[in-house]
Amino acid sequence: MQKGHTVAMSFPDAGAFADGSTPKSDLRLWLGKNASQLALAPSVVIVLVVIYGFMIWTGVISLTASKMLPNYSFVGFAQYDRLWSNPIWQIAVSNIFIFGFLFIGFSTAIGLALAILIDQKIRAEGFLRTVYLYPMALSFIVTGTAWKWILNPGLGLERLLHLWGWESFRFDWLVNTEYAIYTLVIAGVWQSSGFVMALFLAALRGIDEDLVKAARLDGAGATQIYRRIIIPQLGPTFMTVGVILMQQAVKSFDLVVALTSGGPGNSTNLPATFMYTQTFGRDQMAVGAASAIMILMTVAAIVVPYLYIDIRNNRDER
Amino acid sequence: MSADAIILQRGASHQVARIFIYVCLILFAAVYLMPLLVVVLTSVKDLDDIRNGSILSLPQRVTFEPWRQAWSEACIGLRCAGLKDFFINSVVMIVPSVTISTAGGAINGYALTQWKFRGADLIFAILLFGVFIPFQIILIPMARTLGAIGAANTMVGLIMVHVVYGIPFTTLFFRNFFLSLPSDLVKAARVDGAGFYQTLWRIILPISVPCFVVSIIWQFTNIWNDFIFGTTFTSGENVPVTVALNNVVNTTTGVKAYNVDMASVVMTALPTLAIYVFAGRYFLRGLMAGSIKG
Amino acid sequence: MITRSLIIASIMLSASSTMSFAGGENVEVMHYWTSGSEAAGLDVLKQLLEKRGVTWSDSPVAGGTGMNMVQVLRARIASDTAPSAAQMHAQQVQAWAAEGVLTDLSDLAKKEDWAKIIAPELVPLISYNGKTVAVPVNVHRSNWLWYNKKVFDKAGVQPPTTWDEFNQVSEKLLAAGVTPLALGGQPWQEADLFENVVLGLGGADFYRKALIEQDQEAIKSETMVKVFDQLRVMNKFVDKNYPGRDWNLATQMVIKGEAGMQIMGDWAKGELSLAKMEPNVDYGCSPAPGTKGDYVWLTDNFGFFTTKDENRVKGQMEMASAILDKDFQEAFNIKKGSIPSRVDVSMDKFDFCGKAAYADRAEAQKTNTSLPSLTHNAATGATKTGVFLDVVSTFFETPTMTSQQAIDQLVAGLKSAE
Repeated sequence: MQKGHTVAMSFPDAGAFADGSTPKSDLRLWLGKNASQLALAPSVVIVLVVIYGFMIWTGVISLTASKMLPNYSFVGFAQYDRLWSNPIWQIAVSNIFIFGFLFIGFSTAIGLALAILIDQKIRAEGFLRTVYLYPMALSFIVTGTAWKWILNPGLGLERLLHLWGWESFRFDWLVNTEYAIYTLVIAGVWQSSGFVMALFLAALRGIDEDLVKAARLDGAGATQIYRRIIIPQLGPTFMTVGVILMQQAVKSFDLVVALTSGGPGNSTNLPATFMYTQTFGRDQMAVGAASAIMILMTVAAIVVPYLYIDIRNNRDER
Repeated sequence: MSADAIILQRGASHQVARIFIYVCLILFAAVYLMPLLVVVLTSVKDLDDIRNGSILSLPQRVTFEPWRQAWSEACIGLRCAGLKDFFINSVVMIVPSVTISTAGGAINGYALTQWKFRGADLIFAILLFGVFIPFQIILIPMARTLGAIGAANTMVGLIMVHVVYGIPFTTLFFRNFFLSLPSDLVKAARVDGAGFYQTLWRIILPISVPCFVVSIIWQFTNIWNDFIFGTTFTSGENVPVTVALNNVVNTTTGVKAYNVDMASVVMTALPTLAIYVFAGRYFLRGLMAGSIKG
Repeated sequence: MITRSLIIASIMLSASSTMSFAGGENVEVMHYWTSGSEAAGLDVLKQLLEKRGVTWSDSPVAGGTGMNMVQVLRARIASDTAPSAAQMHAQQVQAWAAEGVLTDLSDLAKKEDWAKIIAPELVPLISYNGKTVAVPVNVHRSNWLWYNKKVFDKAGVQPPTTWDEFNQVSEKLLAAGVTPLALGGQPWQEADLFENVVLGLGGADFYRKALIEQDQEAIKSETMVKVFDQLRVMNKFVDKNYPGRDWNLATQMVIKGEAGMQIMGDWAKGELSLAKMEPNVDYGCSPAPGTKGDYVWLTDNFGFFTTKDENRVKGQMEMASAILDKDFQEAFNIKKGSIPSRVDVSMDKFDFCGKAAYADRAEAQKTNTSLPSLTHNAATGATKTGVFLDVVSTFFETPTMTSQQAIDQLVAGLKSAE
């Protein structure tokens, strides 16, 4: 990093002597020196406003008595008390951990398995890849109704298998308070695992063949090669997959709205849907803001260490 | 790319393993295709057929009437002219949104890696956190901001919102991609006296095509499928097609025409589906080239 | 840099173009009536306004039983680009009025003598601090029981008039192999059941105390325990796939004879008549058990947002006046399945159930038993309504929860909603 910096400094300086220093070229020099910072400046300013500014605004609102529209009569942390005493928020919090854990786990496992299988020089690879990847192209606004039908025991899979003669088949998670959350996992994994597959496939194809060949000469079988040599090298990809999936899990909203609308019996609320309902359906803008702040703090607690490690590693590499 | 498949080695178990792999892959493919199949099948049935059949039963009689209705007749509020005009809105929205956010991401990524300065990593971290913001949070303050600059309730306002919230993603892609490029390229250009944008234009852009593909596909998908920004920051005749779709398929106290709903759904999804079908392989190449990695 | 200044330039352009668009009398109407019968009803209004020289810009926002529209509306108000008018339930009128964003319609109301022609129970809810701030389009009734006549005849049962009878009839239907009650397990549908049970078991005074005033004693009372006990009993009268079902699919069950009855507002008629079911022949409508002589109402109103643009104000006044037009009230409400918000409209063209509703409302107005619906935002504000919806839905779908636990949650929730 330090090296790049000095290079950037030295050139415009050298030019300065040749040019002579009129005010105009001083400006040009300055622009040349700071081209990189200047190029970034608009994005940084905008992001500071629309992300951090709005986050602070949300934090301020969470300390007020805002109901329908923002108002600025402050009530301290009362809204946080109300938030945590709300049973539905408690459900939403425990749901996001169940959902997040299973969603990230299954998407990663299935994505990796598909990538390994598809990497075996099979026929129709292009077709299969597209099939696994296409769910990512669709939003749940589009596929929500179809999923609702498939998961509904009276219309979908259960009825279908009954019609086909498998009378004892049961698949009624969607209408079961305890299991409905898992239907969200199914639909979520369906949407994301193809993308995870693509990430792993790309990484698998970047692995040094010689290592694999050497292991094979040593008599290692396929399982051993994957366990000992290939998967350990996928570390950075696992990190990326984790961050991307976590970002999706936290934002999961369309999924819930399309499949369960939070039901049955409020059992499938997630923090994002809770926040939306409180803010726009219940006229509790401040409680909604308080829940938003809780979400952001949780995300920050996970993401900031990741960013720190990621950036430090990249710095070491250079 | 490895010369031999790793699991499929020659030997007695070769055939068994091969069959096993194909069975797995095909089973998964069937499961993945099911929702799409349900949607497409339903869109060519008439309503009686839907009530009497199961979700995967073949239509008694294939009809394209629902498609015609969805395209040019379905009612969206009081306007019964189908989805067709709203497609144009979405196209008008998507071209500048994707172009500007991708270009912005490329410049940012380039500045953060190839012309690194003290604090660049911190700035990257600041930008990246934007990826994690749930969009429901920012609706009201964003509406205020757009109102203050006079862009509320216009297509331009919506495009700005998409650009702004797309930039953290595109910056991430390009930053990671450029990180994998050798830094000698830019250093050499600088020694020759090339400036910031000159180097970007002449040296970096020509080798960044894979990353552009990833960024464009990603942004296209997200922006085309967006509902919450579209519904909040535009209204009436200006809304993108997903918002119109939502108005078609949702009803509070009315009667549902599932076949027309499903035809609308397929229509709305066609552009993004087409992108994945036709450009999917370039997407993978872009990923391999390092646009998304740790 | 160049692109950025281009963007700014184009913002300026588009901003000025939207402003010039505002010329002429125009109303931008935001609503969530996006489909079939409801949109058809609104179209009558649009045409009436166009005859009066006011153009209509349509801003439909569907979804989330109106929640999406509320969200968009707030964003529009925050950005200072509020629409001319928006659809709102009775208590939402009060909430918006409290924010000070609704146009004062008092002069028009005086001129057209609204106090005389609008159903008296609606008047307080369209008034705020002595000013008239909204205009009601329709009145729906939520305490209706719809039943399939053939199914009832076959099982040899009559429409139940008390909740005890309801349980007996349901047992007989169960024995006959029919799902007694068609229900969709969405919070608002479960809350609809709840408010009907509250009224049926407790009577009008208890309903007022418990749901409108949220009186602690009433909520903690023995009667409320019985209400939840009755809901628990009803668990076994619904089929096992009810969670998440849309109300119209529940109505389909009654139409097909898979289910015997449904408790639902009168919009169910739209679905019934679409299936060529004749009132009083194929299906019957009677008041929900124990609520004969009572009328639980909900209304859709239009509120108008304050603006400095004279032309827009004119458009708003035209629209407000047109909504109370007798012919419009008749045409709209026939299409929508509701009854007029006016009390002096001819009911000749309405169907059997519509006429019955109109007569029952007149009766209930006399005995002071015309009551605002809790579920549909007529009885109390969104926060407290939300508490009821949460608790009732959780109770109904959690078999292990006791009635006392539900009441405790109600008390705690309502306290924190203060």
